[in-house]
Amino acid sequence: MFGYTLEEVGNIVVMQGFSGLSLFSVLLLMALGLAIIFGQMGVINMAHGEFMTVGAYTTVFLSKLAVEYDFVKSYFVFAIIAAFIVAFILGYVIEYVMIRHLYKRPLDTLLATWGLSLVMQQIFRSTFGAKEVSAELPEWLLGSFQPTEGIDIPINGVFVMGLALVVTVSVYLFMFRSRGGLRVRATMQNRIMAGAVGINTKQVDRVTFALGCGIAGVAGAAFTTIASTGPTTGSLYIVDSFMVVVFGGAASLMGTIASAFGIAQAQSLLQFFMTSSMGKVATLMTIVIILMMRPEGLFAAKVRK
Amino acid sequence: MNVLSEKVLGGKQGALHLAILAVLLLVILPLCLDLFRLGLIGKYVTYAFVAISLVLLWGNGGILSLGQGMFFGLGGYCMAMFLKLEASDPISTKIQTTPGLPDFMDWNQIVELPWFWEPFKSLPLTLLLVLVVPVLLAFIIGMAMFTRRVGGVYFSIITQAIALILSILIVGQQGYTGGVNGITDLKTLSGWDIRTDSAKYCLYFMNAGLLILCIMLSRFILTSKFGMLLLAMRDKEERVRFSGYDVARFKIFIFCVAAMISAIGGAMFTLQIGFMSPSFVGIVPSIEMVIFAAVGGRMSLIGAVYGTLLVNFGKTIFSETYPELWLFLMGGLFIAVVMFFPDGLAGIYEKYAPHCSFSMLRARWLKKVPKVTGERQ
Amino acid sequence: MNPTEFILTIEDLTVSFDGFKAVDNLNLYIENNELRVVIGPNGAGKTTLLDLICGKTKATSGSIKFKNTELTRLAEHQIVRTGVGRKFQTPSIYENLTVYQNLEVSYPEGRSVIGSLFFTTTPAVKERVTRIADEIFLTESLHQQAALLSHGQKQWLEIGMLLMQDPELLMLDEPVAGMSAKERDLTADLLNRICKNRSVLVIEHDMEFVKKIAHKVTVLHQGKILAEGSMEKIQSNETVIDVYLGH
Repeated sequence: MFGYTLEEVGNIVVMQGFSGLSLFSVLLLMALGLAIIFGQMGVINMAHGEFMTVGAYTTVFLSKLAVEYDFVKSYFVFAIIAAFIVAFILGYVIEYVMIRHLYKRPLDTLLATWGLSLVMQQIFRSTFGAKEVSAELPEWLLGSFQPTEGIDIPINGVFVMGLALVVTVSVYLFMFRSRGGLRVRATMQNRIMAGAVGINTKQVDRVTFALGCGIAGVAGAAFTTIASTGPTTGSLYIVDSFMVVVFGGAASLMGTIASAFGIAQAQSLLQFFMTSSMGKVATLMTIVIILMMRPEGLFAAKVRK
Repeated sequence: MNVLSEKVLGGKQGALHLAILAVLLLVILPLCLDLFRLGLIGKYVTYAFVAISLVLLWGNGGILSLGQGMFFGLGGYCMAMFLKLEASDPISTKIQTTPGLPDFMDWNQIVELPWFWEPFKSLPLTLLLVLVVPVLLAFIIGMAMFTRRVGGVYFSIITQAIALILSILIVGQQGYTGGVNGITDLKTLSGWDIRTDSAKYCLYFMNAGLLILCIMLSRFILTSKFGMLLLAMRDKEERVRFSGYDVARFKIFIFCVAAMISAIGGAMFTLQIGFMSPSFVGIVPSIEMVIFAAVGGRMSLIGAVYGTLLVNFGKTIFSETYPELWLFLMGGLFIAVVMFFPDGLAGIYEKYAPHCSFSMLRARWLKKVPKVTGERQ
Repeated sequence: MNPTEFILTIEDLTVSFDGFKAVDNLNLYIENNELRVVIGPNGAGKTTLLDLICGKTKATSGSIKFKNTELTRLAEHQIVRTGVGRKFQTPSIYENLTVYQNLEVSYPEGRSVIGSLFFTTTPAVKERVTRIADEIFLTESLHQQAALLSHGQKQWLEIGMLLMQDPELLMLDEPVAGMSAKERDLTADLLNRICKNRSVLVIEHDMEFVKKIAHKVTVLHQGKILAEGSMEKIQSNETVIDVYLGH
């Protein structure tokens, strides 16, 4: 097979699998935020990638501080929290200024948020420069371990995946096990009724949107451990993330996880055996064809309309 | 008679607006501008084809395609493939390993012309394919999506993904497509040198003429019952379906027409500018073309043309002097148009024009009607 | 009885959503020129029944025959073309078009892509639009934008749009919801007029209104038929009083 021995293929699959896991984690975090915003509110946020970039720049900025004041070992935990908070606040403001005026016009929201993404990219470029920057990673995130000969597993990949899983579980607990999540779901299912029973639906919208953006910020923090950050970093992930959400069936958490995993692994493996661009083409093409045959996504339930 | 078409498109006013546009493009601009500036206008006009197609599809039909760039690009590539083959005759490519092949193929160690390049040896076939290839792609996408009732933002996202796929494919398959540089060094069209001044003038007029024709075709569609059904579908798709119409077919048709109009623009781009590259195919150009239509007015065919000219004019000026400012402006334009002027320039014109419309001026001038400012009876 | 006497024959019709049977083994027969009213508590499957007939929902099993054409296998627009018209629960009209255009666009010609491109408004179309506008009390507002109509007028407009198609079976989902008492009376007259040469199937909650129009009443409960017969018979039926009408 492609001139490799069976054992080599096995090792490649495992290693590409792990490198796919890093991509999976970033995609999952991005898609989680999008799924909340799109699945719950029906809003297409084209600037979602830029919220991820905000998180990434926040992390880079903190790492610079950390080097200066010598707390490189522990800063990353703060960076994740800071990335979330910065993106959350920004999302909150954007919802108030822009999104809330466009709820009844989904196609227009798409265009307006695209405009927002252009503005944000230019702000990044003017503030941080066009060149890519990378965060100073603490030592415990670097290096890799070798469970067997020929297999190299990078620690940062494992860490990022752990982070993604923690965030996913928290989102699940928030959405389906807490009062706050109940309010969100109630508002999205029947806005008028939710308002009538005393839920501040406008506040819920704002927090939901901001929460999605905050999770994108965490995705940005995770991203800095596997690659360097530039002004257009986020925009490279936006189509993939949307594909994850649509493919998984917009409102299903399990679907989002499964499709993020599938897409990331397929891309990572195919990119090894084909060229990088053809791997991407093959993955996207497969998704589009499947979506054409099954537009409701993989995990959508049959409902009585 | 037909109030809506009277207001937005047809009738005496519509004809007048079209005539003004035609005079502007065919007489005033060629007289006032030097060939370089006129060439820029010619380039913008090729984008206006896409803007018109979006007025049909998005403004009237409510179908937002974020992949119109790929139809523009496919039309352009089909044209470019013909011109490239003509420019790669064995004599001018004799220093290559395999003379007679396009240069980028030679660089990529390809020794035989790929099968899908064969049809582009013939001009009539090329002209046909310029229209057929994009329409076929639109038909396939339309069949798959509209018969399964994929609409709204889902359609937008999926067309965007397809545009991304196509642009990665073109960039990745350097040997077959010219890669990221695209297809360059185009020289002659059946022996006619398209780089001369006279050819440039000639192509400019052809381009503007085709644009006017496309506007007329679109207007015919919009003023017919089809146009009314488009609006009805945008409004209440279910009601149209339960009035006995096969909604999917209507959508597929208008998507194909939009693809065809965009493709004509792309082919004219190749002829006038002399190259085609993947930078017109992907996500960014496709969505930028939406903003051309939005600025001009998503419901107005003529408005979309002015919108395209204006935005591109602004882009040229600003990206020459303040490139950073331009992205802010472009982003701001997206936000502002959507939030504050959803009907674009045409909407503003509609709102304020009645006070100074042509017929009223004429009436005033002929009958010396006293001014009625401030009086309400 | 010979099934061809009925304009609509529904037999053993079932639809289930993830195991929940919204319509359960239903049999329903509607005669020519009959005005049938279907009543029943919320969730009884009334709207689902209309959805099944007009093809919006696909049946799990069973058959729906309209003049000997099996409808369950047809697409929505094909069902309409056989002669079935349906009004939705919330008025479904084209708000951006005028009343005139709403009616004109519903005219059953130029229904194909090419046909619609070359469709011309003949005097016959105009005549039909004017006549139907008169019938639905909207002559005055013919050139008004439909969005500006009152709720009741929108209901009438949608009925008018169906009349433009001249269907043999007209299905109306809660046609008097949101109407004033006077508008209800006018609508009752309208329905009594239009069922002269077609069959009409109405879903309604307003019992006073039902009394004025119904030839025969069917009571649905949990996807099944609970009772069927004349209005008086239904009103005195003990089970119907228990589950729906109340004492």
